Amino acid sequence: METANILDIIHKSEGKAAIISILEDIQEKYTYLPEEALRLVATETGCSLTDVYGVATFYKAFSLKPRGKHCVSACLGTACHVRGAETVVAEFKGQLNLQPGETTPDNEITFETVNCLGACALGPIVVSDGHYHANVTKREVKDIIKATREGTHGSDGASKDYEFSLEASCPQCGQSLIDAAYYIDGHPSIRIDVMTDVGTGWMRVPSLYGNFVKILEHIVPEDALLTPLCPHCGSNLQGELGCLECNAPMGTMNVDGGVGIISICSRKGCSGHILTLNGATI
Amino acid sequence: MITLTINGLRASVEKGTTILEAARFLGFPIPTLCHHEGLSPYGACRLCVVEIGDGPGARLVSSCTYPAEEGLKVRTASERVIKARRMVIELLLASCPQSKVIQDIASRHNVRQQRFRQEYEDCILCGLCVRMCEEQMMAKAIGFRGRGSGRSIGTPFDIRSDVCRLCGGCMQVCPACQLRCTYTEPDKAVCGGCANLSPPCVEKEQFHDMMCYMSPCVACEIRKD
Ligand code: SF4
Ligand code: SF4
Ligand code: SF4
Ligand code: FES
Repeated sequence: METANILDIIHKSEGKAAIISILEDIQEKYTYLPEEALRLVATETGCSLTDVYGVATFYKAFSLKPRGKHCVSACLGTACHVRGAETVVAEFKGQLNLQPGETTPDNEITFETVNCLGACALGPIVVSDGHYHANVTKREVKDIIKATREGTHGSDGASKDYEFSLEASCPQCGQSLIDAAYYIDGHPSIRIDVMTDVGTGWMRVPSLYGNFVKILEHIVPEDALLTPLCPHCGSNLQGELGCLECNAPMGTMNVDGGVGIISICSRKGCSGHILTLNGATI
Repeated sequence: MITLTINGLRASVEKGTTILEAARFLGFPIPTLCHHEGLSPYGACRLCVVEIGDGPGARLVSSCTYPAEEGLKVRTASERVIKARRMVIELLLASCPQSKVIQDIASRHNVRQQRFRQEYEDCILCGLCVRMCEEQMMAKAIGFRGRGSGRSIGTPFDIRSDVCRLCGGCMQVCPACQLRCTYTEPDKAVCGGCANLSPPCVEKEQFHDMMCYMSPCVACEIRKD
């Protein structure tokens, strides 16, 4: 632990006794709250060590023990629980040979349970290093652990992408919009047609939720509006919703055979999107 | 001045007076546990419940923290109050039956049994020790840690605190360990043996069950050798 680092973090708060945000910054840097750091926070902010310690132990987000390089959290909220999260957690406990909240002896993985990640429709949910795994079953646990160890979903542990793969289809004719021949980010892309000022052509977007590039056949300006069309039945996919970011109309597709709807902004350069699953908006 | 009615008796009190103080001034007894004169009100034990208001709007509040209001109607011993108070006593007995203070309260209210799962906690989280240490001893050596069922009292990192002066104030007010650390001389209220090198408790049978923030206390050290 570098004393200077901690002092920097503390002084960034400009003398205000913003204990929680100071502790958050320290935790982000060191993955946990070292004892010396808490002592420094106490002396520097003028709060008593007892209070600082009380705050640090009150919030589950803070840890007084070093955490592993990777963090895997399984949701045990009500929805995930009834969808079988218990068995998933049991599997993690068995495979990693630890209790929730503990870290593997090689300091690689910290496994913990959380109480709700707010994506109940996708439960049981497991988040590893910020990557969401939806509808996890006992069998997938092994793969998730492997991927986490190898850091195949981003190893810095700081990435906060909410990524999972979507199966998109046309709301009119119901045919799949997934183009298995064209991969983006290691996943098949979603392909629709779009009408632009320079003519009608294809547009591909990643099926990975969390990534919002639009790849077009034609070159159009970033602020151009695109009219989305189904490549199969030709119907206009424009929905009633307006983009929350830029107010442009949004193109709408069904997700996973109709359990959800994804709307994406029809402006070329806008990443606005709304995903609704089982009535819940993410 | 604020005028309120307690058990039908009108009383005028200074602004900022709590119901508890007003009731005691009029001579109505209200049992308390986490309240201590000289320490700030905390409202943790709920033993001091009273009923305020009328009819369907009547509700139970903790009198030690509720400030007197103009025209407030207070009942300190209505049926509802007694029922709630007995329940609180049962709950206290369920968590810390060995406390002499709680036993005395229970016997005064004729509670002889409790209906909950029996536990043998060392601490009922009344916060008296924390307030004592902070407000009277100006030390802030101990405090609450954790939350929910994991909440506990102690020093940061569970090691001997640099700011603790071994005054024994925390143990003196503690309803759960008071008896233990007064050892054989309850009237002396605090033993303080740890501080004057003649700890009487080393001889005591239940030495290892003792809870003492003075760790490592002189007594413990002597016992070890
Ligand atoms: S003995 Fe230590 S912890 Fe207890 S009241 Fe005194 S200073 Fe505080
Ligand atoms: S240790 Fe004693 S005084 Fe302190 S909170 Fe617990 S019961 Fe109350
Ligand atoms: S541990 Fe022993 S010597 Fe110390 S205060 Fe308690 S009874 Fe007294
Ligand atoms: S004395 Fe009022 S809540 Fe404890």
